[in-house]
Amino acid sequence: MSAGDLRDLYQQVIMDHNKKPRNFREMSDANHLAHGNNPLCGDALVVYLKLNGDVIEDVSFQGSGCAISVASASLMTEALKGKTSAEADALYDLVHKQMTGEEVDTSALGKLEVLSGVKEFPARVKCATLSWHTIHAAMDSDHDISVTTE
Amino acid sequence: MSLDLAAIRRDFPILDQQVNGHPLVYLDNAASSQKPNQVIDAISDYYRQDNANVHRGVHRLSQRATDAYESARDKVRGFVNAKSDKEIIFVRGATEAVNLVAQSFVRPMLAKGDDVLISHMEHHANIVPWQMLCEQTGANLKVIPMTTKGELDLSGLNELLNERTKIMAIGHVSNALGTINPVKDMIAQAHAKGIPVLVDGAQAVPHMAVDVQDLDCDFYVFSGHKMFAPTGIGALYGKQDLLETMPPWQGGGDMILSVSFAHTQYNELPYKFEAGTPHIAGAIGLAAAIDYMHTIGIAKIAQHEHDLLVAATARLEALDGIRIIGTAEHKASVLSFMIEGVHPHDVGTIFDQQGVAIRTGHHCAQPVMQFFGIPATARASFAFYNTFEEIDALVDAIKKVQELFA
Ligand SMILES: Cc1ncc(COP(=O)(O)O)c(C=O)c1O
Repeated sequence: MSAGDLRDLYQQVIMDHNKKPRNFREMSDANHLAHGNNPLCGDALVVYLKLNGDVIEDVSFQGSGCAISVASASLMTEALKGKTSAEADALYDLVHKQMTGEEVDTSALGKLEVLSGVKEFPARVKCATLSWHTIHAAMDSDHDISVTTE
Repeated sequence: MSLDLAAIRRDFPILDQQVNGHPLVYLDNAASSQKPNQVIDAISDYYRQDNANVHRGVHRLSQRATDAYESARDKVRGFVNAKSDKEIIFVRGATEAVNLVAQSFVRPMLAKGDDVLISHMEHHANIVPWQMLCEQTGANLKVIPMTTKGELDLSGLNELLNERTKIMAIGHVSNALGTINPVKDMIAQAHAKGIPVLVDGAQAVPHMAVDVQDLDCDFYVFSGHKMFAPTGIGALYGKQDLLETMPPWQGGGDMILSVSFAHTQYNELPYKFEAGTPHIAGAIGLAAAIDYMHTIGIAKIAQHEHDLLVAATARLEALDGIRIIGTAEHKASVLSFMIEGVHPHDVGTIFDQQGVAIRTGHHCAQPVMQFFGIPATARASFAFYNTFEEIDALVDAIKKVQELFA
């Protein structure tokens, strides 16, 4: 088996978002919120969401986790602002496909393409998808909800 | 005289491989240890030559299988210096043994308002069975606290051991911190009040000589796979007079003397607690692992591992940005640490790319993580086949992490 290149996994953009996560704050006027946990590695995130009808008006997160889960959450919040929930789900679908090694249209991914390095590290896919599962749960529910990936 | 590491490592074929283009450096022994040829051969020889069910056939193979299984029991008895083979119950591992004692020994005498006493540094295997028992009975789970060095704080033990306490269950060596607990003194203190004690020895038996008579523990549990034997086999030691009074835990074949629909007469010790066909090959592998450890010498094993731990600790302390979790005075095998600014999960992936296998996570000891306010640690854990060069690899891997995350 060829070694996955660590520089592919820990790309500059990922390191930057890990160090300085964007939209990393509590949202007092959130109308949706979900907790995401990965008990295996102790990652724990809260995703806050302000939905206006079907449109994600604002999204933020807090918590702690590995570089991959924090950067993925941070990138996600940037990518999803202003999108509809259907667009968000479609984007997640693309993100997940690229992480599991499927061919995808990278132009639709934008910055999220940096998460493609995860495909060489199958044990880390769960880290990169935690925030996405969490926001999905938040959108579907109007009360505080918990999701778990392992 | 020190160990002949080159010869020892030749006995462990799995160690001789490349991982991600680097020689494997296996430092995850606290999770599970590797197996020498002597153990692998004992198991395959059994399946090639002697395999049959035990305790039930008059034919030759069944006799051989029974002899091998029972001599494995005697080997385990000697390994922990129990008085009698009747005191050694084969189980799947430490987890099953704790559950057996909780349900068969403690449950019948536990009432609402009674206490079960454990410690803050237990593995989930020595927490959850007791929690379940407390839920079943209305008893309370009490916890011996811990200091920031990762040692038990025994200043309040006298009060924690009281007339409500029906059992104390404590780890001999902590898998998350490496702390060796003063179990002998704690047992004496509990016995002074007539309280029985179970010791979880899963992390002790691979690293040190254990003498259950000297400890005077009532129960001692361990798993084979952490001491160079296969998975799925372990042992429960129990004092004979206690085991005699305990009801069987599971019912089935082998644990009975006679069965009719009106009445079943249970078998004598130790068979009363071994319902169904046991893991015969596992027991034989466990005996081979004990032989192997004795051939090397348990005192030498302990010395070499101590030297490794001291050297590795000093090397890590000399690095910037490293926090060692668990700095007890007496430790065995385990070096848990944090690299500043880097989540342990990232550490694990980067180490793996260097061929260095460590464990990252909560080590099935979440209360320990909560105590230190961390989600997880990176943990290197040594066995006697580890070398000082492998400590170099550990340090290099840490530097690589720091470089990448600089
Ligand atoms: C201290 C301790 N106790 C109990 C166990 C449980 O052992 P097993 O999973 O083999 O039953 C472990 C294993 O990690 C351990 O380290």
